[in-house]
Amino acid sequence: MSTAMFAVAAIAVLIAMALSMVRAFVGPTVFDRILAVNVSGTLTVVLISVYGFLDGRPDFLDIALLYALINFIGTIAVSKYMKFGSLGHPHDSNDEGDV
Amino acid sequence: MLEFLHTPVGPLALNDWISWFFILGGAFFSIVGALGIVRLPDVFSRMHGAGMVDTAGIDMILIGLMFQATEWIVVVKLGLILLFLFFTSPTTTFALARAAISGGVNPGPKRREPHQLKDQKAQEETTSSNT
Repeated sequence: MSTAMFAVAAIAVLIAMALSMVRAFVGPTVFDRILAVNVSGTLTVVLISVYGFLDGRPDFLDIALLYALINFIGTIAVSKYMKFGSLGHPHDSNDEGDV
Repeated sequence: MLEFLHTPVGPLALNDWISWFFILGGAFFSIVGALGIVRLPDVFSRMHGAGMVDTAGIDMILIGLMFQATEWIVVVKLGLILLFLFFTSPTTTFALARAAISGGVNPGPKRREPHQLKDQKAQEETTSSNT
């Protein structure tokens, strides 16, 4: 019975990922694409967790935790790149930034 | 873990009822938020749909998974994922909104409709012909 529960969660997450990928392909500005890819990555974290439960191996939660951190760092890096045009130097300075 | 959660209530055990409630709620909020990402008009309102997916949808699905765990370490890992997403999602939205504003996206209302533009053009023509 609990397998049906996990299957419902996985199907809902897949539908939401498909819709957000539509926005990632259509999106008029680059920020729409960043937003859609960020949401898609967040949903991937849940999909990995649900698949771990569905397969009876909750060890997948470690991978999901790692994916959440990488997704956050990646989105922050792309946002910083789109704002400053560079990753290494902050605004109007030649010092190395925090990246 | 927590044996009183496994007492049968009707056709299902109690933790199965709780998990069904949270997972169906999370599925609802995820799909509605994703529809908002597709259908809302500009970047800043699409962030609202993304926020719905990142908070309501994700958190309810993960809480629903917590009630199906058989070991405490699984609950701890799910709680850590939930905590990271809870703090990183608003940070990401903030950074993306700052980047979008400095990238030239207009957060105000949309431009005028075409018929309004035609009226304005006609008015400009009459004023220029008067002068």
